Amino acid sequence: ARALTPQTAETDAIRFLVGTQSLRYDNQIHIIDFDDENNIINKNVLLHQVGEIWHISTSPADKGVLSTCYNKTSDTKVMTCAAVWRMPKELESGSHESPDDSSSNTQTLQLLCHLDNTAHGNMACVMWEPMGDGKKIISLADNNILLWDLQESSSQAVLSSSAALEGKGQLKFTSGRWSPHHNCTQIATANDTTVRGWDTRSMRQIYCIENAHGQLVRDLDFNPNKQYYLASCGDDCKVKFWDTRNVTEPVKTLEEHSHWVWNVRYNHSHDQLILTGSSDSRVILSNMVSISSEPFGHMVDDDELSDQEDQHQEEKIKEPLQDSVIATYEEHEDSVYAVEWSSADPWLFASLSYDGRLVINRVPRALKYHILL
Amino acid sequence: MAAVTAGSGAGSGAGGSPEATGGSTGGGGWRRPHGPLQRYYGPSTAEAAEAAPDPTDIDGPHFDPEVFMNKVRSECPLGQLLAREAALGREIRALDSDMQTLLYENYNKFISATDTIRKMKVDFRHMEAEMDDLAANMAAISASSARVSAALQDRHRRGAQLAGVQALLRKLQALVEVPGRLRRWAGTEPARALRCHARARAVLRHYRHLPSFRAIEDESHAIMADLAQRLRTHLRCETLDPKELTECVEMLLQLEEPPEELSEEFLSQAGTRLEAELAALEAELPAADPSGTATTPPPPASDILDFVDRGSSAFVGTLCQLAGSYRALFGGDTGRLEPFAAALATRYFELLERRLALERGLGDTSLLVRALDRFHRRLRALLELLPAGADAAAALVARAARERVDRYLRALQTFFLGCLGDVRQALAAPRPPGKEGPGLPDLLATLAASVLGQLKAVLAYVQLFTARDVAFASLPYFKGEFCVTAVREGLVVAFVRWLCHTARGFADGPAERGAPAAPPALLLLLARLCLDYENSTISYILTLTDEQFPPQDSGPAVTPGPALCGEARAAAQRLLDHYVQVQGAAVAQMLRKSVETRDWLGTVEPRNVRAVMKRVVEDITAIDVQVGQLFEEGVRRAQSSDSSRRAFSVYSSSRAPGRYAPSYTPSAPMDTHLLSNIQKLFSERIDIFSPVEFNKVSVLTGIIKISLKTLLECVRLRTLGRFGLQQVQVDGHYLQLYLWRFASDERVVQGLLDEVAASAAHRCLDPVPMEHSVVELICERG
Repeated sequence: ARALTPQTAETDAIRFLVGTQSLRYDNQIHIIDFDDENNIINKNVLLHQVGEIWHISTSPADKGVLSTCYNKTSDTKVMTCAAVWRMPKELESGSHESPDDSSSNTQTLQLLCHLDNTAHGNMACVMWEPMGDGKKIISLADNNILLWDLQESSSQAVLSSSAALEGKGQLKFTSGRWSPHHNCTQIATANDTTVRGWDTRSMRQIYCIENAHGQLVRDLDFNPNKQYYLASCGDDCKVKFWDTRNVTEPVKTLEEHSHWVWNVRYNHSHDQLILTGSSDSRVILSNMVSISSEPFGHMVDDDELSDQEDQHQEEKIKEPLQDSVIATYEEHEDSVYAVEWSSADPWLFASLSYDGRLVINRVPRALKYHILL
Repeated sequence: MAAVTAGSGAGSGAGGSPEATGGSTGGGGWRRPHGPLQRYYGPSTAEAAEAAPDPTDIDGPHFDPEVFMNKVRSECPLGQLLAREAALGREIRALDSDMQTLLYENYNKFISATDTIRKMKVDFRHMEAEMDDLAANMAAISASSARVSAALQDRHRRGAQLAGVQALLRKLQALVEVPGRLRRWAGTEPARALRCHARARAVLRHYRHLPSFRAIEDESHAIMADLAQRLRTHLRCETLDPKELTECVEMLLQLEEPPEELSEEFLSQAGTRLEAELAALEAELPAADPSGTATTPPPPASDILDFVDRGSSAFVGTLCQLAGSYRALFGGDTGRLEPFAAALATRYFELLERRLALERGLGDTSLLVRALDRFHRRLRALLELLPAGADAAAALVARAARERVDRYLRALQTFFLGCLGDVRQALAAPRPPGKEGPGLPDLLATLAASVLGQLKAVLAYVQLFTARDVAFASLPYFKGEFCVTAVREGLVVAFVRWLCHTARGFADGPAERGAPAAPPALLLLLARLCLDYENSTISYILTLTDEQFPPQDSGPAVTPGPALCGEARAAAQRLLDHYVQVQGAAVAQMLRKSVETRDWLGTVEPRNVRAVMKRVVEDITAIDVQVGQLFEEGVRRAQSSDSSRRAFSVYSSSRAPGRYAPSYTPSAPMDTHLLSNIQKLFSERIDIFSPVEFNKVSVLTGIIKISLKTLLECVRLRTLGRFGLQQVQVDGHYLQLYLWRFASDERVVQGLLDEVAASAAHRCLDPVPMEHSVVELICERG
């Protein structure tokens, strides 16, 4: 299984959606609920019969709406399509059924609309406009960027604009992210070793990082708090951080993984926390203080502190200056293809590996207090 | 002599034929008379004594007539006897006549000698009489001479008195003439005037109560005052050489001018003079560029040795001379001289420093060393005068040496880069078919040797600075600090560090941002070079350096060899890792493209191993050869031949069925999933991009791991049809057949390929694997 996403619109419960990949059985979307207090995982299964799921994303506005990219296999052809779905009402907010029931009680997704890609080729991913009202999505299909407007309560998708990447050879987008900054007018895409930025209003390229990685770029993410900062990862085992105003040199490079890095994610609220998943079966949580929006050391009201505490504080201030790997998680036995932070709890994240194992982890408590206090 | 004996032998021995005897006696008879004479005079006596006494030898000293007669009579027939007798008679006659001739000649000589003696006797008698006459005459002469001298004595005394008077008069005359002379010489030869005045002065002073003398004295005083005035103006005149200057001041001193004033005057004059010389030196330097080095200055007209030579001979020489004469003139009071000389010396140092700064190129170190040496030597004379300047001069020399060492470091670096460029070129040069280019080991050896050689050459040059015959080498700086700080740390250690750093740069730098990457072979080469440095070269270089520049015990701390070795090792490790990554990425890229571009659903039943797999095996074999040229074989974990490999898989049968299950037995996909998961619990985690060891097997294993992992990930991204799966199966088997031998642990290869097969089966719409025997057949045919 490769597809994992948090339920973006949900801010109370910790909930992830996982799409399965199976060629010979009906595919499913598993809704994973994690009860933080009782440490219980709850699972609901939705059938997704059209094909194996390669990418999944949820609407930021409506809890029940999600989109998938899936493979439609005929005898001699594989076609990746995308569609927007609505899940049954009772599952939207996570009904706490017992696990026994959920396995028997499988429900089906309700199709809202297809994103028609017959003219554009295989869909690589679908992105929802962040902070938006769930009306705009962008999909990447082969070498095209397609901007869709969802109309009539998402039952119809109208292609509002598109752009194509021209160049020699077969160009194919591998992934993209929609920037939450600049009023959501920018997206970034990756194809081969290049990272490109686009303006969604004009559908023009605004920047281009040539040879961002030595080999294929696998994933991107925007810093949620610093508008020009972008993280990318790829087959050269590196994670790089870019300032899109200066694309000649990365701001920072991490080389902690020993194989391709498939996924990189900024924590939504504390952008020094970086999560990466790699096909060396490891998930690494790094603390990149030096390039985060967090000021170096906390501003402390000196007046309120006694001298002794003051000294204590100073020691603390020095500490966070170092970028470091916080933890390496080796629970997975196979390649990790997806990592995601929970949208509800900023200290929680999930990772998904090829063999279908989903692991939910917390940021170490000590670090959490260190950041908070 | 030999002929004579032979002749006599023939005469006595050859009895038979008279003709023969006659012939022989004729020859011998002519020579025989000389025999005894020769024997008498020559060295033959010794020779004759050696021969056995033969009484029958008619010419021998032991000749016994009786024996001879008896022998002849008893041995010879009558005819021969007669012939013998006749021959002997002839011989005797010939001898007689010879004797008579000799006698006659000698007799004549004897007679003439007698005559001569007689004549001499008569002459001597005559001479005796004349000698007697001579003695008488001599006695008469001496008597008369005594008389004459007695008569002249009185006259002589008077003459002497007169001469004394005349001398006195001449002196008076001279005194009277003094003013005139002074006046005459004051213009042209002031020194002579002075001498004259000095001579006259004492007398004049003594007799000044006499009016006439006083007048003379006054007049000469006036003249001398005038002279002093003129000398002063002369002194102020610019174009005085130091000697003239000294003379001038000396004269003024003699004229009893105030020394204070004079010393000041002297110094200012000397100052102008020295300034002029400094200016001349400065003129040789290109104009100082205050705005920095906007343009590179043109090469200096003269070399440094020349410059220093001129500087020391002109400036330092003059300064010494002036200082010497100052001391001589004004005594030990050097209070004014020292600051004066110090200021000038400082300026001189500045100039020299500027000149040294011009020595940009490497030039000839020996020349520089000689120049500095000369400078130092020349300065020593000055330094006795100016102890404060010693430090400045030493510092100057030290700086120059340090500068030169730095420059050598830079030159070494350039040289190394040049070598690298050559190597790159050699690697990149297209090789004519059939002709192998220089192998990697050769290139490595050339590179290492040339770098080491250059380093040694540089050390040899630098050693000139501490050579025994160079004066400044005995300075404490050159003994201690220079060796350690400048040479060992600044040159050798810095170079090795730089080399490691550069090598690392090849691994770290170009991978970013698509700069032209170094060819993999170069990486390999450098890795080996660094490793060699770690193993032996560094310690060798350090030992060599310590030998040539023995460090002082109390010297500053030095970088230990192991630290450098560590750096070299780290660089080698980085390079080798990078090599593995680059090569792995190349192979991986090929595999990725081949998997991505193929239509795995619609493919036909496999008949062959895909060409790309063959290419992969070929490439890896080529890499194997390349690495094998430079690195050792390394240890395999499971040394196994093809046959024992089967045994191995039987041995690990607990795992094998699971491993092969997904590809060879059609079972439920969920089952295989579970099985493979369980398997992974038991098998070790494989680090794909992990550091490698310095041997061939480890390097190859790294590359293979990267390639196969790529294959695995790519297959997972595809959807395969039945024949696609079978193709993967065939390819996997083929790779296993050929790759296991390169890897240190064939289980790694096997494990990864099993995972590829499992993933392919999982990604297959219709997982019907091929018969194993068919797979083997295809692979063997391919």
